[in-house]
Amino acid sequence: MAHSAENVTASRPAGEPLLRVENLVKHFPITQGILFKKKVGAVKAVDGVSFELHRGETLGIVGESGCGKSTLAKLLMRLETPTAGRAMLKGKDIFKVSGSELRRMRRNIQMVMQDPYTSLNPRMTVGDIIGEPYEIHTEVAPKGDRQRRVQELLELVGLNPEHINRYPHQFSGGQRQRIGIARALALKPEIIVCDEPVSALDVSIQAQVINLLEKLQGELDLSYIFIAHDLSVVRHISDRVGVMYLGKMVEVGTDAEIYERPTHPYTQALLSAVPVPDPDARAHRDVIRLVGDVPSPANPPSGCRFRTRCWKAQERCSVEEPLLIRRGVEPHPSACHFAELRQVVG
Amino acid sequence: MTDIHVSSSPTGSGGRHLLEVKDLYVEFHTRDGVARVINGVSYHLDPGETLAVLGESGSGKSVTAQAIMGILDMPPAKIPGGQILYKGENLLAMSEEKRRQVRGKEISMIFQDALSALNPVFPVGWQISESLRTRAGMSRKDGLKRAVELMDLVKIPAAKARIKDYPHQFSGGMRQRVMIAMSLAMDPKVLIADEPTTALDVTVQAQIMDLLGDLRRDLNMGLILITHDLGVVADVADRIAVMYAGRIVEHADVRSVYKHPAHPYTEGLLDSIPRLDSKGTELATIKGLPPNLMRPPTGCAFHPRCKYAKAVCTTETPRSLDLGHGRTSACHFAKEMLDGTLR
Repeated sequence: MAHSAENVTASRPAGEPLLRVENLVKHFPITQGILFKKKVGAVKAVDGVSFELHRGETLGIVGESGCGKSTLAKLLMRLETPTAGRAMLKGKDIFKVSGSELRRMRRNIQMVMQDPYTSLNPRMTVGDIIGEPYEIHTEVAPKGDRQRRVQELLELVGLNPEHINRYPHQFSGGQRQRIGIARALALKPEIIVCDEPVSALDVSIQAQVINLLEKLQGELDLSYIFIAHDLSVVRHISDRVGVMYLGKMVEVGTDAEIYERPTHPYTQALLSAVPVPDPDARAHRDVIRLVGDVPSPANPPSGCRFRTRCWKAQERCSVEEPLLIRRGVEPHPSACHFAELRQVVG
Repeated sequence: MTDIHVSSSPTGSGGRHLLEVKDLYVEFHTRDGVARVINGVSYHLDPGETLAVLGESGSGKSVTAQAIMGILDMPPAKIPGGQILYKGENLLAMSEEKRRQVRGKEISMIFQDALSALNPVFPVGWQISESLRTRAGMSRKDGLKRAVELMDLVKIPAAKARIKDYPHQFSGGMRQRVMIAMSLAMDPKVLIADEPTTALDVTVQAQIMDLLGDLRRDLNMGLILITHDLGVVADVADRIAVMYAGRIVEHADVRSVYKHPAHPYTEGLLDSIPRLDSKGTELATIKGLPPNLMRPPTGCAFHPRCKYAKAVCTTETPRSLDLGHGRTSACHFAKEMLDGTLR
């Protein structure tokens, strides 16, 4: 395993990352009153997240619901405007560009949605759905060329090109997700944000879609931001993994670092909670059970946000916020004052 | 945990089981034709044990449970054959009046989505105690008192203070606990949990599974756990019944299934899930799609997706083969699968 970790580091391009996100913040205001809206607070959905994404790499982002993963995805798609922070795509801040430059930028980051049943318009044919991006970005494919392009895309994602005139309801869940992937590929993006792309699919279909995503990455040199709550899936597909808790990144590292040498207590608890499909592992697994639920992001705990559920919490955790920096124990960054190595996955 | 299942065969020759489904058939009559969703399902459950029913969507795992509970909409559903024996009595032959006495009181069920299963306009305490008031004849005051006890039992913190809260004031995990408390109100002997943790986060899922396991042990209930998650099953189940296209294709104790699957579908499922404890290269997949139950394939329903399929599989429906120790597999080549000689 250590060997493959080195490979990942070595294969990572030493130069400029494709996307560099710096201190991204998104607060949703909570208002009161009807006529004179008064801001009474804010839901701190994403609260200072930084990471880098390199070409051809998959960055997995895991965390419980409400930790800000999907808001992060929306920010990167520029569907939401950040409260603060920047995201540099090839040296340009994606939140600063506008007009035709913004349109060109949007081509470069595309998204695969979670639910293939609601993210495809039931009244449009598959050809129209996949070809719709060309209506907006006419320069990518001239009108006469579109049908051929769409059919190529269908073939690329493993669907029958002759089914171009069918409607979404004529496809199964896994096939629909392939349509969603084809649509995301239409504009030849370099980055695809996948927000829980397989969580709505059956187990036997999940593997097909994961394999497809990996195949496409190899063929088209794509970079993925892969958001999911299923830690096994994330481990399988990711080169690096970021763990989020209440709007903050608490630990980042290669897949081997996060899964085999986690140092943040939240990562350890999260990993320990994942059921492993091996009845014999029941006995000798290190079980950490967190108590309670994730606190409200409108009123997060002071200092370390995880301290209310952490078994290591001390005085210092409530006053001083731990930074996501390299701690002595491990070479990868961890946002815990008392970071220590604990192996939880057998 | 008592190991009672070793000597008993699934058809129940070794004494009476708490709950026994015998050769059950369910079909749905729709405008487009008849969908045969359950095709001869048999399983049994004893007190204090956990039976996991594993299957993908459309495999019939939930419909079987609904048939046991008697909450199938008929029509369109129809039960043309089979028996559901609870303590030796056939539920399907009972009068509706008598069946009501079993439902909720003897056999109880919790559902996947607690938010939509709970009534949003009543406080949780009222909902938990509803069956106590209407069926056990308790007064409101006594009912609420018992509701607090039940909420304590499912480890809802500050139960007394939260009894007047509404479902939306609870988090997802707590809502599921409220549902469990409600289902336990009448001290059922059998609890059916239909995907109880699918909508929950992993940390909360672990809490709920621990709770269900503890309750099963402490109250000596039989637990039927319906799920598609092979990980959850491995952690809590004693026995597994794997369903595909309305049939149980494999039935065995949990260790045997994971070590040596005796049906190609089970093997395919196990190979296709990514593992937390290792990073493989490419996932093995089960090719194709689950069958359309309006037009099921001839022979073995799994043959179009099976990598071992032979000529006989396309013509002859395999019968459930007894492999000993309560183990069955509905594959023509189950013995070869176990030997590892099937190619």
